Amino acid sequence: MAASVVPNSAKNRKVGILAAGGALAMLGLGYASVPLYRLFCQVTGYGGTTQRADAVTAAGVKVAGKVVTIRFDANVARDMPWEFKPMQVKQEVRIGERQIARYHARNLANRTVTGTAIFNVSPEQAGKYFNKIQCFCFTEQTLKAGQDVPMPVIYYVDPAILDDPAAKDIEEITLSYTFNETHESLAAATQKPVSQPMEKPLDPARARR
Amino acid sequence: MATIPANEGFDAHDHAHDHDHDHKPGFFARWFMSTNHKDIGTLYLIFAIFAGVVGGAVSGMMRWELAQPGIQVLGYFAELLGTQNPTFDQQLHLWNVLITAHGLIMVFFMVMPAIIGGFGNWFVPIMIGAPDMAFPRMNNVSFWLTFVGFCSLMFSAFMPGGTGQGAGTGWTVYAPLSTSGSVGPAVDFAIFSLHLSGAGSILGAINFITTILNMRAPGMTLHKMPLFVWSVLVTAFLLLLALPVLAAAITMLLTDRNFGTTFFDPAGGGDPVLYQHLFWFFGHPEVYIMILPGFGIISQIISTFSKKPVFGYLGMAYAMVAIGVVGFIVWAHHMYTTGLDVNTKMYFTAATMVIAVPTGIKIFSWIATMWGGSLEFKSPMVWAIGFIFLFTVGGVTGVVLANGGVDDNLHDTYYVVAHFHYVLSLGAVTSLFAGFYYWFPKMSGRMHSEFLSHLQFWVFFVGVNLIFFPMHFLGVQGMPRRYPDYALAYSYWNEVASNGYLIMAASIVIFFINIAYAFLAGKKAEANYWGEGATTLEWTLSSPPPFHQFETLPVIDDAAHAH
Repeated sequence: MAASVVPNSAKNRKVGILAAGGALAMLGLGYASVPLYRLFCQVTGYGGTTQRADAVTAAGVKVAGKVVTIRFDANVARDMPWEFKPMQVKQEVRIGERQIARYHARNLANRTVTGTAIFNVSPEQAGKYFNKIQCFCFTEQTLKAGQDVPMPVIYYVDPAILDDPAAKDIEEITLSYTFNETHESLAAATQKPVSQPMEKPLDPARARR
Repeated sequence: MATIPANEGFDAHDHAHDHDHDHKPGFFARWFMSTNHKDIGTLYLIFAIFAGVVGGAVSGMMRWELAQPGIQVLGYFAELLGTQNPTFDQQLHLWNVLITAHGLIMVFFMVMPAIIGGFGNWFVPIMIGAPDMAFPRMNNVSFWLTFVGFCSLMFSAFMPGGTGQGAGTGWTVYAPLSTSGSVGPAVDFAIFSLHLSGAGSILGAINFITTILNMRAPGMTLHKMPLFVWSVLVTAFLLLLALPVLAAAITMLLTDRNFGTTFFDPAGGGDPVLYQHLFWFFGHPEVYIMILPGFGIISQIISTFSKKPVFGYLGMAYAMVAIGVVGFIVWAHHMYTTGLDVNTKMYFTAATMVIAVPTGIKIFSWIATMWGGSLEFKSPMVWAIGFIFLFTVGGVTGVVLANGGVDDNLHDTYYVVAHFHYVLSLGAVTSLFAGFYYWFPKMSGRMHSEFLSHLQFWVFFVGVNLIFFPMHFLGVQGMPRRYPDYALAYSYWNEVASNGYLIMAASIVIFFINIAYAFLAGKKAEANYWGEGATTLEWTLSSPPPFHQFETLPVIDDAAHAH
C-alpha cells in the first residue's frame, strides 16, 4: 500500500492509462454513433425515414381494404437553381396497393447541375410502413442546362401498419422531398463556369436509398 | 464516515523532520510551473472567481437589456465591443453572443474549475491522506488548458461570427446555426475553447480517479472516504465518459464547418438531430458534474455543524453513484420537441423521474443528519441550509419538466431558465460559497468575518430569488427564452428580476469585502477552527497546511470509526 501513495508510481500509471483508454473508447463511441444512428433510423423509421422494397416483395403484398390519402410535397434547397414540383396534390390508395406518383424537375441554370433528394414522411410513425420500390431519390440526378424531366416514385403502404396501435389510425401521409445540389456539382460550378457541361457517371457508392 | 482522532501521530508539519520540506519555490516556478495540488487548487479558485465575475457581468448586461421591453442597450454594448454603428441585426446577434458567453463561461470556466479543480484539488488528496495528486505535472497541464480555453473563448468575441461579431450559437452550439448559420472564425474559436477545457477536464478526471483509487492512506477504505471524495470520484467518472462524446460531436462540427463533411448536414445525408443526441448525451451528465461535488461539500458541512456523522453514509455515497449512472440514460428529455414518438417520451419521462429517488435520499439524509444534532449556525451551515432549500425548489420544477407532455408546453420558455438556474445558479453556486466559507480559513490561514458571510448570504438569497422566481411566472405565461425583447405583458416581472440582479451583485461586493477583510484584518486560523464536528483529515493539519503534507502517512483508526 505504501508504495502506491507516491505520485507517478507504476501502479498509478496503470490506472491512469486504463482511465485514458476509457476516455478514448467514449470518443470512438461518439464517432461510431454516426453510422449507428443512420442504421437505427433506417430500421425503426425514426424521424419518418421511409423503407425500400424490391418489386418481388412488393408483388407478394396483400392489398387491404382501408384507403389512405398520400399528399406530396417538394422543396429545393436555398441557392439550388431547380424548379421541383409534384404533378399531383394527393392520391388515394388502398393499403398494400402499388401506386406511382410523379414529380417534375427543371434545371433553371445555364449549367449542368447534379442533385440528390432527401426525404421523409409525416407523421413520423408512418415511416416504418412507407415502402418505395422505385424512386428518383435512390440515385443522384443530373440535369443539363434548361433540361426538364419527370421523376416518378413507385410506392406502397405496408399492411402491417394496421397492426401498429401508434400508426393504424393514420388517414393521411405526406411524402416530402428536398433537393440539394451535391458538393461535386457545386465545386464544378465554381471551377468550370457555364460552357463545359459535366457528364459525370453516377458513382454507385453514392447511390442513395 | 471516517472520523479521525486528533491525537494520532501523523502531524505532518512536525518541525523536527519537516523543516526543509516546507521550502517553497520562487514566485514564477511556484505559480506558473506548479505541481503542488494546493497551489493548483488556489490557481483554479482565483481563475474561477475571475471567470465568474466576467460571466456575471455578461448576465448583468442581459438583465439590463431585459429590464424593459424593446431594445435599449444592446447597440451601446455592441459599440463598446468594437462594432461601429451596429445594425439592428448586429445588435440582436450580440444578444446571442451574450447568452452563449454567459452559459459557456459559467459552466466550463466558473463552476467546473471552482468545484472540481479548486476544492477537488485542494481537499481530495488531504481528505484521503495522500501527499499529492497521482500525476502532479498532468494536474498543471489541466489548469493551463482550461486557462487557454478561456482565452480562446474571449478571442472569439472579437472575430466575425456571421451576423455580427462573436459566436452566437448558445452554449449548446446546435447545428445548423453553428455550421452554415455562423460564417467566420468566431464559432471555430468557441469550439476550440471547448476542446481545450474539455481536454483539461478529462486529464483532471484521470488524475482524480487514479488518486482516489490508488493513493488512500492505510485504513482509508472506499467505504470510509469522506462524502466529498465520493462525490469527486463519481464526478470524475462522469467527466471521463461524457466529455469525449462532446469532443467527438464538436470535432464533427468543426469538420462540417471547415472541411466539407456532412455529419449534421441533410444535403449530404447527415442529420442535425444527431448533434442534439450527442450533445445531450454529454450535456445531461454535465449538469450532474456541476452539482455532485456540491452535494459532497454540503454533506461535509451539515455533518460538521450538526456535530454528527452524516445520516445514512452508504446510502448517501451510492445515491451519488445512482444519480451518475441514471444521468447517462435520460438525455432525450432535453429533446422532447424534436419529434420523439410517444413511447420514447414515456421512457425518458419515467427514467428522468427515477432520478428524483436518489436525490430525495440525499435531501432526506441531510435533514436527518441535522435532526437531533447539536446545530451551530456558522456561515457555511447557513449557506448549506440555503442550498438544500434552493436546490429542492429547482428539483421540484425539474420533476415538472421531466413530463414529456408538460414539456411540450414549457420547452424553451423562462420556466426552463428558472429551473436550471435554481439548481445551478442558486444550487451549485450556493454550495460553492458554502464550501468557500467552510475552507477559506484552512486555505488562507486567515479567518473571514462571520458577520459579512451571514450578511452576504441573506443579500444573495433575496437577490437570486427575486431574479429567478418570477421567471416561473413568465415561463408559464409563455415568455420564450433567448430573445432580447418581449411583449409588454411580461414587463412587470422582468423589471423585478432585473432589480433582483442588482441585489445579487451587491452580495458579490460583500463577498470581496469579506476576502479583503480576511487578508487585511482577519484573525489567524487555528488547525481546526470549526471545533469538534470537523473530523476529516484536513482539520488535523495547520491552517494553511504545510507545503507538503502527510510525509508520514496518517493511519485511519477503526476504533474511532465506531459511532
